[in-house]
Amino acid sequence: MTSADTSGRLPDAFLRPGSSSFVDFLAGHAPDLLPGRRDIGGAGVSAEGLAPHATTIVALTFGTDEGGRGVIMAGDRRATAGNLIASREMEKVFAADAYSVVGIAGSAGVAIELVRLFQLELEHYEKIEGSLLSLDGKANRLSTMIRGNLPLALQGLAVVPLFAGYDLDRGYGRLFSYDVTGGRYEEHDHHTVGSGSVFARGALKKLWRPGLDADAAVAVAVEALYDAADDDSATGGPDPVRQIWPVVTVVTADGVRRTDDDELAATVERIVAERGAAHRAAHGDRPAGGGVRSGQQGGARA
Amino acid sequence: MTMPFYVSPEQLMKDRADFARKGIARGRSVVVLAYEGGIAFATENPSRALHKISEIYDRIAFAAVGKYNEFENLRVAGVRYADLRGYSYDRTDVTARGLANAYAQTLGTVFTTESKPLEVELVVAEVGATPAADQIYRLSYDGSVADEHGHVVMGGQAEQLGARVTAAWHEGMSLTEVLALAVRTLGAVGTDGSVAAEGEEREIAPTGLEVAVLERAGRRRAFRRLQGATLAGLLERPDGGNGPDQG
Repeated sequence: MTSADTSGRLPDAFLRPGSSSFVDFLAGHAPDLLPGRRDIGGAGVSAEGLAPHATTIVALTFGTDEGGRGVIMAGDRRATAGNLIASREMEKVFAADAYSVVGIAGSAGVAIELVRLFQLELEHYEKIEGSLLSLDGKANRLSTMIRGNLPLALQGLAVVPLFAGYDLDRGYGRLFSYDVTGGRYEEHDHHTVGSGSVFARGALKKLWRPGLDADAAVAVAVEALYDAADDDSATGGPDPVRQIWPVVTVVTADGVRRTDDDELAATVERIVAERGAAHRAAHGDRPAGGGVRSGQQGGARA
Repeated sequence: MTMPFYVSPEQLMKDRADFARKGIARGRSVVVLAYEGGIAFATENPSRALHKISEIYDRIAFAAVGKYNEFENLRVAGVRYADLRGYSYDRTDVTARGLANAYAQTLGTVFTTESKPLEVELVVAEVGATPAADQIYRLSYDGSVADEHGHVVMGGQAEQLGARVTAAWHEGMSLTEVLALAVRTLGAVGTDGSVAAEGEEREIAPTGLEVAVLERAGRRRAFRRLQGATLAGLLERPDGGNGPDQG
């Protein structure tokens, strides 16, 4: 507790009527606990590269109007620090509350703290008001929090989330993307963020189609992450040796469900087998170069 | 020139206590009963929006009688206290004991220093991993705290109702049993405030009740409101729920 009051009495700020927002309460009572309020040194100093970075998140909608439309969000498990792997098991997709999920790309430490605060913000509102925030309300709260992080973003510690949830009022799943200044954009069908997002988005454009069922949509998400990991060194692919699979969450009218590891293992196995078969059909049991050693590798660092 | 009358501290405190007690006794009672699978809270409250029983944190709930604006303010403060503590330390570091202490200090300070005491009585309860680890604290308008074992009745005619609950409650009751006991206890107070004899209690429809439980097993957030068909089903036991099955 940050209060200097030693009587044990609840400080006046606690008893002040008004806001249902935990972030607003923190800003008034203990602003040093807010992630964006910390000064990490002079302006122009870059903190980029100091801390691990989290990478690719994909999200897509699935289902039909009759069967109900939900959303899926998935993220790889790698965090990088420069050219090193900082973590193989990091989780970047979180349930924000019972009906929404948030995925994060960017500076890992700040991002995880923001997610923790966002989860608390939603729960705090729910407890005080006795009802859930609307999905747009949740998306706007996240926007405000990202905007609060702008000073850190300018110093290289940017956080870019992707937010998805089931809109209980409208009866279908929706997706929101953000920029570092807190700009909020509603996305349709699918979206990606993070370092491998370009490749994942390319994959989604080819693999996504209207009316996918939930299982097929999970497979599309995993395959998009596989493509991102294929081309982006900061995105981790599935790791059958350590049994590490992407985090995949499915949001429907029934709430948030995390896909279990056995299901993901089977999906990954199928994708790898399909790709292996396609490669063998084209090149046989050899690398695509045909095994000829040319010594000419261009400018790539190895 | 007028001279202020001397009022002895004893008389001052007694006047304040009488004032607070009168305010609290006007309201409907809240019954808190531990059962095998958790802790149940019940009160007569036809409103769906203005609650007397609420969630504070993962395993902590709050129940109050008295003036709505005063206990609502304390409830919000409790949620802020718990969320701030859980955010700066860890979720497991938020305890009912800490919250009860903060409430006790607040109630006690208001009682002695402000012009009017808070006309509220609170229960802060935390469900533990086992029935023995359950904690139920009862807080009075003057800041006194009581660590209750298994059951509490607050509000109008609390003493008479409390004696009945003490006689009927025992460890290891099922949810249906404690709910039947709670409704019987609440129904003992007539609409005019008189206490009916045992066996002649008023019937209270499920829609007129506010019922919630802290469930020992299951999700992180143990608090659950029981309403509508779920509540009606639990109360529908003709034998008063003395059967062997665990609600």
